[in-house]
Amino acid sequence: MSELNELYQQLILEHNKSPRNFKKLELYTHDADGYNPLCGDHYHVWLKLDGDTITDIGFQGSGCAISKSSASMMTAAIKGSTVQEAKKLFEKFHTVILTKIGDTISEENIEELGSLGALAGVREFPARIKCASLAWHALNAALTKKDKSISTETEKN
Amino acid sequence: MTIENEIPYSQEKIRNDFPILSLKIHGKSLVYLDNAATTQKPNAVLNAQDIYYREQNSNIHRGVHYLSEVATFEYEKARGKVKNFINAADSKEIIFTAGTTASINLVAHSFGKTFLTAGDEVIISAMEHHSNIVPWQMICEEQGAILRVIPMNDDGELLLDEFKKMLSSKTKLVSVVYISNSLGTINPVKKIIDLAHHAGAKVLIDGAQAVAHIAVNVRELDCDFFAFSGHKIFSPTGIGILYGKTDLLDQMKPYQGGGDMIRSVTFEKTTFNDLPYKFEAGTPNIAGGIGLGAAVDYVNTIGIDAITEYEHSLLLYGTEVLQQVNGLRIIGTAKEKAGVISFVLENAHPHDIGTILDREGIAIRTGHHCTQPVMQRFGIPATARASISIYNNREEFDMLVRGLEKVKEIFG
Repeated sequence: MSELNELYQQLILEHNKSPRNFKKLELYTHDADGYNPLCGDHYHVWLKLDGDTITDIGFQGSGCAISKSSASMMTAAIKGSTVQEAKKLFEKFHTVILTKIGDTISEENIEELGSLGALAGVREFPARIKCASLAWHALNAALTKKDKSISTETEKN
Repeated sequence: MTIENEIPYSQEKIRNDFPILSLKIHGKSLVYLDNAATTQKPNAVLNAQDIYYREQNSNIHRGVHYLSEVATFEYEKARGKVKNFINAADSKEIIFTAGTTASINLVAHSFGKTFLTAGDEVIISAMEHHSNIVPWQMICEEQGAILRVIPMNDDGELLLDEFKKMLSSKTKLVSVVYISNSLGTINPVKKIIDLAHHAGAKVLIDGAQAVAHIAVNVRELDCDFFAFSGHKIFSPTGIGILYGKTDLLDQMKPYQGGGDMIRSVTFEKTTFNDLPYKFEAGTPNIAGGIGLGAAVDYVNTIGIDAITEYEHSLLLYGTEVLQQVNGLRIIGTAKEKAGVISFVLENAHPHDIGTILDREGIAIRTGHHCTQPVMQRFGIPATARASISIYNNREEFDMLVRGLEKVKEIFG
């Protein structure tokens, strides 16, 4: 498979075309912006936490196929998991996409990522790594922010 | 194709002048269509820099030794070349800077501190590069002045009637781009300058995208300031020019303090040097200046009018073949356009386009091109942009089109 085909795998193209959880949550406990000022990719991530469990997640915004599919896969992967599990998955994902060209990454590492492993091809494209990690950084920012107890746009109005 | 235009000089010779063009990128011949970001460098410029560092390197305006005299002579000769190239009245009106951004910041700071007071107005346009927006926002905030923006239409043309309405005795400075880096629009700067002068305002022209593509005559334009970067006209990075009329530069406060810009220093009082040195603090980019002089010579050898004509025919060709790509929309359709073609493609984001083209050896720019307000105006997050220089040809646009077909294969 050429590097380009590895980057733009069917799974990625499919998530780009029909992103999962591409919605704003009406009821959410955490949210954050993910913005790359250099390229203009911009997403917002909303989370609803019940105790330590991410019971719902949504995102909206615009960007390239890599950033959008990565955001979509992220939401699908962590919905229902605990905050710790989500953070651990981010770490693993980060390790894989940051693996230098030429350095081998174990199949095991990629397998652990499940469908997110499809994004491993991005490491051959250093300029695009930040695309793949954008939504994850937004997620991290949302989780790091203080729990602001459930809020909705309508309640604010 | 249908457009036939005699190439006014040998493409092969020109291409041979630029060693980087023979590179293979991902195994493919380099197709460099990112000239609005920076141009490639011809042997003449590379050699001038090399000779400087190997045979002339010394600090300028200081030593009495041989090398210092040679370096000073070469650097000042380059200044003279730039003066002739843009038809300034005097070499002292040519200030070496680090680039367009530095030139604009110099004017914003020095002109702003000298002439702007609370309630005054500065006018820019809706298609400015961030470097011609942010310095004005900063100085306006500092001086209590107001920043106003000339709007544009859907083709990317400035609305001059709106501009006329904005002008008043409060207008102190108008700073507009000659050629838009993201839309390719050639603005009617002569008209803008005349209108501004009629209202008593001074005018700065951001010529970053103009100098390598169309003849610039600052005295005919009658602009008060003209800024450009060397690297967009085949020179090294880190060198640029600010042209300013002598009487204005004389009145303006210095921008930075340091060596070369002073006449005498005591701890009580410093007197400043004459133009242009008043605005040239510190050891400058000497090799860059000499490189810029060589670049100007190179452009003169080909002839700027021949370049304009050739690039225009290439623009027409590129526009025609790109328009035939299904789902492609060109952003920036002004009647007067230079060799910049910004576009969006259905179903494919510009960054993905850029990555796929890169694997074909094709270098284009993707993103907002440091003109976020332009993107907002057109309601798009980014564009893909192909921008032309003298070494490009029709074959390269055919390759670009074939590359875009690959993008469509992937993104449907």
